[in-house]
Amino acid sequence: MIQLSNLHKYYGDKNRQLHVLKGIDVTIEEGELTAIMGSSGSGKSTLLNILGILDHFDEGRYLLDQQEITKLTEKQAAYFRNKFIGFVFQSFNLLSFKNATENVALPLYYQKVGRRERNKKAAELLEMVGLGDRAEHMPNQLSGGQKQRVAIARALVTNPRVILADEPTGALDSKTTQEIMQLFKEVHGQGKTIVIVTHEKEIADACERLIVLRDGQIANTTSKVSPL
Amino acid sequence: MFDLDRWREILFTFQQHKMRTLLTAFGVFWGIFMLVMLLGVGKSLQQGSVKNFGGHTNTIWMWSGSATQIPYKGLPTGRRVTLKDGDLAALRKLPELGLSSSVNNLGGWMVNQYIVRKSKSGTFPTSGVEPEIFTLSGYTMLQGRAINDLDFKEKRKIAVIGPTVADILFEPGESPIGEELEIGGVNFTVIGVFLGREDDQEDQEKILLPNSTLRTTFNQTGWIGHFQLAPKPGINAAVLEQKAKAVIMSRHHIHPSDMNVVGTYNAQKDFDKVNGLFTGIKVFSWVVAIGTIIAGVVGVGNIMLIIVKERTREIGLHKALGATPSHIIGTILMETLIITLISGYLGLAVGVFCLEGLTSFLGQQHDVDMFANAEIDFTTALLALAALVVAGCFAAILPASKAASVDPIVALQDE
Repeated sequence: MIQLSNLHKYYGDKNRQLHVLKGIDVTIEEGELTAIMGSSGSGKSTLLNILGILDHFDEGRYLLDQQEITKLTEKQAAYFRNKFIGFVFQSFNLLSFKNATENVALPLYYQKVGRRERNKKAAELLEMVGLGDRAEHMPNQLSGGQKQRVAIARALVTNPRVILADEPTGALDSKTTQEIMQLFKEVHGQGKTIVIVTHEKEIADACERLIVLRDGQIANTTSKVSPL
Repeated sequence: MFDLDRWREILFTFQQHKMRTLLTAFGVFWGIFMLVMLLGVGKSLQQGSVKNFGGHTNTIWMWSGSATQIPYKGLPTGRRVTLKDGDLAALRKLPELGLSSSVNNLGGWMVNQYIVRKSKSGTFPTSGVEPEIFTLSGYTMLQGRAINDLDFKEKRKIAVIGPTVADILFEPGESPIGEELEIGGVNFTVIGVFLGREDDQEDQEKILLPNSTLRTTFNQTGWIGHFQLAPKPGINAAVLEQKAKAVIMSRHHIHPSDMNVVGTYNAQKDFDKVNGLFTGIKVFSWVVAIGTIIAGVVGVGNIMLIIVKERTREIGLHKALGATPSHIIGTILMETLIITLISGYLGLAVGVFCLEGLTSFLGQQHDVDMFANAEIDFTTALLALAALVVAGCFAAILPASKAASVDPIVALQDE
């Protein structure tokens, strides 16, 4: 599903260049639940941004579902992000003036799906994440865990090939963290490819595979049988 | 296509900052309001000034002026020119001439003639004219008919009177047509009532006779008082004035430099001056108003930049979820245009409303006719709206491009 070959990323100009990713080679198969860990500054967020086509890389090759992801225009990048990737952020990033259904339906709006159809789809997803009764609630009427559930539903609504989650439980208490992780496992159980950047060992332990980054390089890759 | 989501997003932004949106919109509102007021009042002043010309926007008056001061072709100084029928015939051969009339006044220039009708009487300026004077002066008939060629040719004793004359010499509701007036001891039959130049009281008091009749009846066959001439359409009156003067001076053997012997007044010169003045006022009004609009639009642009900055995170999220740059630009452009168009339209509407009020109020004040028709024409209103749309688009360029260039990574990290 995801194939990175000798990926390099630099920040800054030629004189004061910061080599953030130093030749990343990794393949993530379809349906894998992968965690990326690493200390602060190891390059894990940069890697996730590149995987999410939010950032460019300077050298190497990135294949997403057999599609070459390189030197895309803004419009092409928007298309790939919308069609292939679902994002889950640490701070949820829900729009405060839209209710849960409308927030979930937002990615479909960019696919020019009709209002009625996208709301129907959003309602199904909210039902799936256990928030069927909160469909009309505004974000400020939801708890942190519920907001993240809405965000996960939004990430799933376009039926993307990959879900990328950046510290999805970073702002949640331990009980809610477990609930959210359980939800990720359920989604994974449906065959979705999920990549989670996390600091939390419990989250990493719950994943099939762990990639540890250190100083811009892959220090360790561990695969195990899914706890599921 | 109507996009409810985009409208809701924009309305939400406005609702979040009502006062800021209102103050921003006020800048544009004021610009358009000023434009409408300045142009409307300027136009009404122009109309008021032009109205004073009546139909005489390019009429040339020609009369016998001072005595000659330069000897010419063996003729001495001190000679005066007497305008004759032959002079008018010569002038009528000029290709530039459109309309013309000889005019003689009964009793002399600016002297009113005592007129009797049964038991009523009054003094009125009484002139002999030719049929073309009605077109030349822009007179319209209220009752009956104007003087025609046959009246002139047959020297009929008929008269056309102004409405004030009819009011004074006739009973209310009584038709003057066919009635007799005694002018200088001679009876004339009234054949029509004409309306002179609007707001020109003197015109309304006039009595017009066929000049051939007046000159014969009152012993003025030896001279013509003055000529009124108008050029053909498209020809400047100054050209005709120069040529007509040259013809008369040549016929009467006047030295070409002896300029005051034949007196002329060219209304077009004053008309052009007035028009020039008002064109200047109009340009000034546009400059002031456009300046005000630009100030308003810069304010809109500035606020939109702040809005984009405030919504960086939201814009970043939209981009991360698949919004294209054109969608982001479209939203900001639409938001800017909504502020500018609504406030501008309100400025236009309130401006027109105020002009209407001004016209209505001043229309009742008889001594301020100059402002009686304060208005803005449809083309100008459209131009103002077009200026607004263009200005709105300009105002949106910078904030929209800022929004489109928002980096979703930075935006989503922006706390």
